[in-house]
Amino acid sequence: MSEIKEIISRILPSATFTEGDTLMVTVDEKDWHGFAKALKETKGLEFDVLSAVVGMDWKDSLGVVYYLTSTSRNWDVISVKVAVPDRENPMIHSVCDLWKVANFQEREVYDFYGIKFINHPDMRRFFLRNDWNGHPLRKDYDADPKLNPIPTEDEKNEDDTVSYVEDENGNVKAVPGKVFEEDEYVVNVGPQHPSTHGVMRFRASVDGETVKKVDVVSGYIHRGIEKLSEGLTYPQILHFTDRMDYMSAHQNRHCLCMCIEKAMGLEVPRRAQVIRVMMDELMRISSHLLSFGCTAMDLGATTAFFYGFREREMILDIFEKTCGARMSMNYNVIGGVIADLHPDFVKDVKEFIRIMPSRLKEYHKVFSGNLIAKNRLKKVGHLSKEDAINYAITGPSGRGSNWSCDCRKKHPYSVYPEVEFEEVLESGCDSYSRYMVRMKEIEQSCRILEQLVDRIPEGDIRAQVPKVIKLPVGCWYQQVEASRGTFGVYIESTGEKNPYRVHFQSPCFNLVGVMDLTCSGYMIADLITIGAALDFVIPDIDR
Amino acid sequence: MFNFGIWTSEFNNFLMGFLPEWATVLVECVIIAVLVLLTYTVLALFYILYERKLCAWFQCRLGPMRVGKWGLLQVFADMFKILIKELISLKDTDRLLFKLAPYLVITSSVVMLACLPWGNGLQVINYNIGIFFILAVSSVGVLGILLAGWASNNKYTLIGAMRSGAQMISYEISLGLAIITIIVFAGTMNINELVWAQDKAWFIFRGHIPAIIAFLIYIVAATAETNRGPFDLPEAEHELTAGYHTEYSGIHFGFFYLAEYLNLFIVSGIASLMFLGGWMPLHIPGWDGFNNVMNYIPSVVWFLGKSFFVSYVIIWFKWTFPRVRIDQMLSFEWKYLMPLSLANLVLMAVFVALGWHF
Amino acid sequence: MEVKIKSMKHEDFKDNEYIDKLVEELNATGANVVVGKFDQLINWGIANSLWPLCFGTSCCAIEFMSLGAARYDMARFGFEVARNSPRQADYIMVQGTIVHRMAPVLRRLYEQLAEPKYVIACGGCAVSGGPFKNSYCVVPGVDQILPVDVYIPGCPPRPEAFFYGLMQLQRKIKVQKFFGGVNRKEKIAEFFEKHPEEEGRIG
Repeated sequence: MSEIKEIISRILPSATFTEGDTLMVTVDEKDWHGFAKALKETKGLEFDVLSAVVGMDWKDSLGVVYYLTSTSRNWDVISVKVAVPDRENPMIHSVCDLWKVANFQEREVYDFYGIKFINHPDMRRFFLRNDWNGHPLRKDYDADPKLNPIPTEDEKNEDDTVSYVEDENGNVKAVPGKVFEEDEYVVNVGPQHPSTHGVMRFRASVDGETVKKVDVVSGYIHRGIEKLSEGLTYPQILHFTDRMDYMSAHQNRHCLCMCIEKAMGLEVPRRAQVIRVMMDELMRISSHLLSFGCTAMDLGATTAFFYGFREREMILDIFEKTCGARMSMNYNVIGGVIADLHPDFVKDVKEFIRIMPSRLKEYHKVFSGNLIAKNRLKKVGHLSKEDAINYAITGPSGRGSNWSCDCRKKHPYSVYPEVEFEEVLESGCDSYSRYMVRMKEIEQSCRILEQLVDRIPEGDIRAQVPKVIKLPVGCWYQQVEASRGTFGVYIESTGEKNPYRVHFQSPCFNLVGVMDLTCSGYMIADLITIGAALDFVIPDIDR
Repeated sequence: MFNFGIWTSEFNNFLMGFLPEWATVLVECVIIAVLVLLTYTVLALFYILYERKLCAWFQCRLGPMRVGKWGLLQVFADMFKILIKELISLKDTDRLLFKLAPYLVITSSVVMLACLPWGNGLQVINYNIGIFFILAVSSVGVLGILLAGWASNNKYTLIGAMRSGAQMISYEISLGLAIITIIVFAGTMNINELVWAQDKAWFIFRGHIPAIIAFLIYIVAATAETNRGPFDLPEAEHELTAGYHTEYSGIHFGFFYLAEYLNLFIVSGIASLMFLGGWMPLHIPGWDGFNNVMNYIPSVVWFLGKSFFVSYVIIWFKWTFPRVRIDQMLSFEWKYLMPLSLANLVLMAVFVALGWHF
Repeated sequence: MEVKIKSMKHEDFKDNEYIDKLVEELNATGANVVVGKFDQLINWGIANSLWPLCFGTSCCAIEFMSLGAARYDMARFGFEVARNSPRQADYIMVQGTIVHRMAPVLRRLYEQLAEPKYVIACGGCAVSGGPFKNSYCVVPGVDQILPVDVYIPGCPPRPEAFFYGLMQLQRKIKVQKFFGGVNRKEKIAEFFEKHPEEEGRIG
């Protein structure tokens, strides 16, 4: 870390440092774009992954906290804080020319805080309607429902966009633009469409059956979880995580709990840690099974879908016995888990591990080995390793592009360092690789479960926590490997019993960012399979 | 073998006894029309249940169980419901074509159904170009689908219709060539004569290699012709919501739904007619005892049994295979299936010329 | 008179008084025998052939998938023909939170359904906004924008709860009258009088 500090002070002497959970560098807005370029390109730093972009309102100023990861520096993470005092017309330079992932991230920040990003090509709102009044995550937001009544009409002027361009003299002016040209044939897919896996909306401009451009319209399930969290206490915000990516409920909640525990300096009993990891892996299997089923169904092989669900029910039974619910388990709590394991847990898990390999063979026979399925998935939706890194595509989709990005290996947490498992990598860079990574990860998860199932230690299931949980002043960032990639939680606390700011950095958010890249040049039918193989969960994107 | 022709000619004579000839023909036409429509409905309902039960079976489920014994009344409930559903008229559509389209589709399938030989003497009309007529009428259905897609003023339906046009016209070639292969072998297009030509043994056995190839080509092409999986692109649910009939509701949708299932029966019927002997029982040359036993099974049962079997295979395809993509499907037809069927036609001609068949 | 459906015993339902009262009110005016029999036949048809519109926004949709899968298999009741086109569906099952951006879309989907059409609000979010009720852009319950027939609470409801809800809908259908004075139509009309913005606007 001190080395990084040294290089940074050489590049930008005016930068100030704050030591904390991660090294935080504070820079002036006018230096920001040049500094970002240097961070990405200077030898010895090479921060090539933009992990998170967190918009902030510090009352006296608005700003953004960027979390950057360097793959070549053993996944070191630093954060950069950029603040602007102007509340009326705040502007920050965009970095989406350096890290493509910033495109949607900055639109989200614009939506929530009204910060305009200079030189961003497409400065539209991301989650809220374009006729929305105000920016909801600002601390002075007027939440009067009369300002924003329940709308009854569709949005107008969907094709209009604007870009804030800076000329040589540093003057910024708004340049209006169009998303689609007048004469383009635009097919609207969603929000109510069987294959968008929720309420995502894609507007695809097509030429015959070939897709030319995809415009992602999100926000059809944007529930404002981050704003709601600011008004609740720490134990109360836990339940939102189960309802974001409901297919990685345990991992998400694990992440939030770990972040809070890290801030409190709380030691989690070992039994609880082992249970948490086992639950995470079961959840991962369940998620990949659903993903298998949905991929098969989107390709029209309905029967394979039912096979995937058959095994998924076994996992849901295990969850139900221990956690008391099939979905939205609400199992992890701050300091441990809420209830002890059901007596049948070990037996059920063993039975599941015994059955699963033969069932996987069946899946390969019924679906993966099928010639039509192979032709539909192979060489479709190409995403190179460089693009995967630039767009921060983590999880099975990133590993399908041969990018080793498993958070369980890169930032080991809980008991993961003690178990043996392989990080599955495929080099096809296409939908088939992404699909195969998932299928092989099921095997690896079974392997982890097999190692842990007989080694669940006795002891407490949760640590003693104070009745009212207050975090010290500061900010924390925690990442875990959820079913679909790296899930991050950012918490900023002012020492109160409720957080000042909570940001969830969801993996699926980045996944939709590559829809345009991966779908262009393929067919309409491929749009569906590419989406299925990327496997995003919409409530996780919209939050 | 019982000849149903005895009954029909007796009935004809009975009518002629007290009616002039024109009236007899009129009465007979009305009765036949009613019978055909009735058969159509009953068969379509049966097929809907048949597919739902089969697909449930493939998917480790039970399928309809609660409405009636084993869910037998399920389809009747569906029928009542569809009959009373609201017919939505849409803004900015071509009203005439929009309403015409389902009738075109259903008419073409009713006419095709009427041409099939149901049993010995159970045939509505006996043309000398019967099979050719069936193929010609089947093309009218494509028109209906194209019109439906066009008239709905919806991008999904339009894409569905265009896909369907490209698909059906392409696969009609292979379908036609497969049938021509058998016509070359049989030397007739008359449906009745086709069946009787299989008296000794079915065409698929008599024509051995080329006939079997033609049968396989026919099954593939027929699956595509009826828009069923893995070639169900025109209504690809997960891409185009419901394809060309997205905007249809109520009984108009019901017509598409019925026609879809009935076309399945019709292509199976043609398959059994051309390859599996139509209503002709299984005859093995030389085994006279066995042949006589087979003759005791009524010819209608033979025809339906064979058709249901072929349909079963096609349904099995649908619930097993993923869907192909439009370019893959067209290249499969034009690059592989059509050259193969042309070569097969030549092969059959050589076999017939040299007498290398049974 | 008891409203009976085949799949579940009458006494196992929890709100028999409500339905019985409804039936009494309806029968007070009396019905023609022939028309009444036709009504029964049609209601039997509708009740046993409820085709859902695939409309899931979040977690509940996954449980709905489980409902269709082999273990719970809603095909047994004839509910399985999930249509993706609203024109061909019979009821819309709102599974998940409805937010401001989605509200006009949902309303339009409802209007695209062909009569007779029903709405089931499924899960805490659709019933009342659930845990997101206080959010700035969440619709606190779909009954703000649609006339709801059946509510299924839960977060997400278990598949068994889905079945209970669907059977309640079947019972509601069995008391409606297709010919002549209808309780349902009046209720919908009343709803749209209170929410006049959209009805009939989208063809």
